[in-house]
Amino acid sequence: MSTSDPERNRERDSEATFGDYGGQYVPEALMPALQELEEAYERYVLENEDGFMDEFRERMRDFGGRPTPLQRADRLSERYDREIYLKREDLVHGGAHKLNNALGQVLLAKYMGKERIIAETGAGQHGTATAMAAAHLDMPCEIYMGRTDVNRQRPNVYRMRMNGAEVNPVEAGSGTLKEAINETMRDWATTVENTHYVIGSVVGPHPFPKLVRDFQAVIGREAREQIREKAGRLPDSVVACAGGGSNTMGTFHEFVPDCADPRFANESSGRSPRDDDVALYAVEAGGSSLEIDAEEGLAPNSATLSTGTDGVLHGAMTKLLQSEEGQIMESHSVSAGLDYAGVGPELSYLAETGRVTPVSVDDEAALNGFHRLSRLEGIIPALESSHALGYVEEAHDELGDLVVVNVSGRGDKDLETVLEETEKRDLEAAPEVEVFDRD
Amino acid sequence: MTDDVPSATGEYDSDIEAAIRENHPALITYLTAGDPSLEDTKAYVEALDRGGADLIELGLPFSEPIAEGPTIQAAINRALEAGTTPEGFFELVDELETEAPLLVMTYYNMILQYGDEPDVRPFVERAAEAGLSGIIVPDLPAEEADPLREACDDHGLDLVFIVAPTTEGERLETIMSQVSGFAYVQARLGTTGARADVSTATHESLARLAEYDVPKAVGFGVSEGDHAAEIIEADADGVIVGSALIDIVASSDDPAADLEAKAEELKRGAIRGAETVTVDTEDTPEPEQP
Repeated sequence: MSTSDPERNRERDSEATFGDYGGQYVPEALMPALQELEEAYERYVLENEDGFMDEFRERMRDFGGRPTPLQRADRLSERYDREIYLKREDLVHGGAHKLNNALGQVLLAKYMGKERIIAETGAGQHGTATAMAAAHLDMPCEIYMGRTDVNRQRPNVYRMRMNGAEVNPVEAGSGTLKEAINETMRDWATTVENTHYVIGSVVGPHPFPKLVRDFQAVIGREAREQIREKAGRLPDSVVACAGGGSNTMGTFHEFVPDCADPRFANESSGRSPRDDDVALYAVEAGGSSLEIDAEEGLAPNSATLSTGTDGVLHGAMTKLLQSEEGQIMESHSVSAGLDYAGVGPELSYLAETGRVTPVSVDDEAALNGFHRLSRLEGIIPALESSHALGYVEEAHDELGDLVVVNVSGRGDKDLETVLEETEKRDLEAAPEVEVFDRD
Repeated sequence: MTDDVPSATGEYDSDIEAAIRENHPALITYLTAGDPSLEDTKAYVEALDRGGADLIELGLPFSEPIAEGPTIQAAINRALEAGTTPEGFFELVDELETEAPLLVMTYYNMILQYGDEPDVRPFVERAAEAGLSGIIVPDLPAEEADPLREACDDHGLDLVFIVAPTTEGERLETIMSQVSGFAYVQARLGTTGARADVSTATHESLARLAEYDVPKAVGFGVSEGDHAAEIIEADADGVIVGSALIDIVASSDDPAADLEAKAEELKRGAIRGAETVTVDTEDTPEPEQP
């Protein structure tokens, strides 16, 4: 291969990028590992060599608990006077969609003959899923997690350790996901010859955004079949929260071709173009405000698709929360799992082309979404998913008659944060916080 | 490509290649610009120049330095806290008058964001205007480098590529066909940072590069005159030292004097290594005092 060969370059670009987004911006030492992973992705994931995908699906069924239900939310449907269906990824083993990707990548690492697993985690859900997958498949595992996140997501830290993973707190910067990714990349650059880095979202250098998407696409594939079975047609809109974007892309991927725009036609799906699109809403964390504090280099939100600009971070060209000079900002969300200054390159592309509509709700709307689903439906959602539910409350009139909302995870891990944040606010959907014995 | 760059000396393709070839064995030093202030960096760069540095890399700080170890990461944080900006960096370079040519080392996003739209050209134009001789980008592999390489070619700047211990076969050929100035040979896997020994990976990497007629300089972990000697003995044309110098910046009472002395020690070590290659062992100079 020569990069000066324009033919080869075009071919590589179309594989490694989504429009102008994506690519492989990593230290040279990692490039051979990415090539090796690319080859493994093509052979095992795309071509099912050695029955890899069969084994993955079987393990996701028996160990992971798939398929997850698509449940009609009766009281939400009544409240909004339309049909609301919930895709219950909170019922996947470990309590979130994260296992779909973690199990896929740990299994792939095993097929590739790797001896050690490393991963970064924000909310701890990806770390937990990776630790579980590594224990299940008997692989040694180390997890990097920002100090702030270690403190605000202790139940998941315990769970990772219970499953035999080593958890390394990262003290740098604001101690959140961005710093954890930097540290994991450093580990990988040292140990790349025997170690696989299980990236936790549809971010990072090619082929990670495609690999992770393909493992997560099971969410949308199931949801699409289930809604046709239950409601007799495709939904008017699909709503998912977006941080890095793995549950978002996983939920959306099968619905992307359900539109009239030929750019998104998927020949292999055998679907006819539709006049009316299935609208796709990526709900980002609006935090406390969408305004940035340029002086402090802080974004009091994690709304990258809504407010970010193009740049390169963690191996890919994508939309970023960054200063005019290119320094990456500290982001904020009440939900650790959304608290990231970047987003997957494919989502940047889909948002740029108009196929996906980026929207956001603030911390308060997410907390209300959390309490509302808990009270009305008996489901305690993750704070990440609560953003999607917050958006349905705010914008239900625009979503059409039939709506699918992805509940990406369950909220057990967030109870401490929710109580603390609820106490500070007067939330209409919340129970009396005083009734909780905090001692 | 180096072929397009006018020869600065009449003999070599670029200032950088000339600096390494004519001062063989060459000492290449790295400092993070703005640590702890741009004014201090100016004094430190001049000290290294006096101490015998043949080529000086200046880091333009980026908030997410994924290829750096803790020492340079801390230096970058100090520089950012001191308010170092790309424009401040270029103004420093405008003012510097050193014997040694200067290179900028920074991450790709910093290059893209200079100017109004994400584009590499405004940065390269400003770098050329400031008198920089080349650019090193640790997160830009050859596969993604076409736009920057073309801009560098147009402005007579070298784009230096890193060769890692994992770089072999076709990738090695691809990179070596695009190298200009010198090949930056990464001594070991991992991130930057001073180490107590010279890795065996260094010898293996240099052996793989033996057939290519471009200057080779080794970095990542070099901190002492003895390391420099060993690396030059292993057939490198230069040694690159960063973290050991940052340690001096961070902890010395008189960083400028100590940087100058350290540069002298490293250069002496490199020369000793070169003499070992070419003369009998009885002519080997005395060992370095710790």
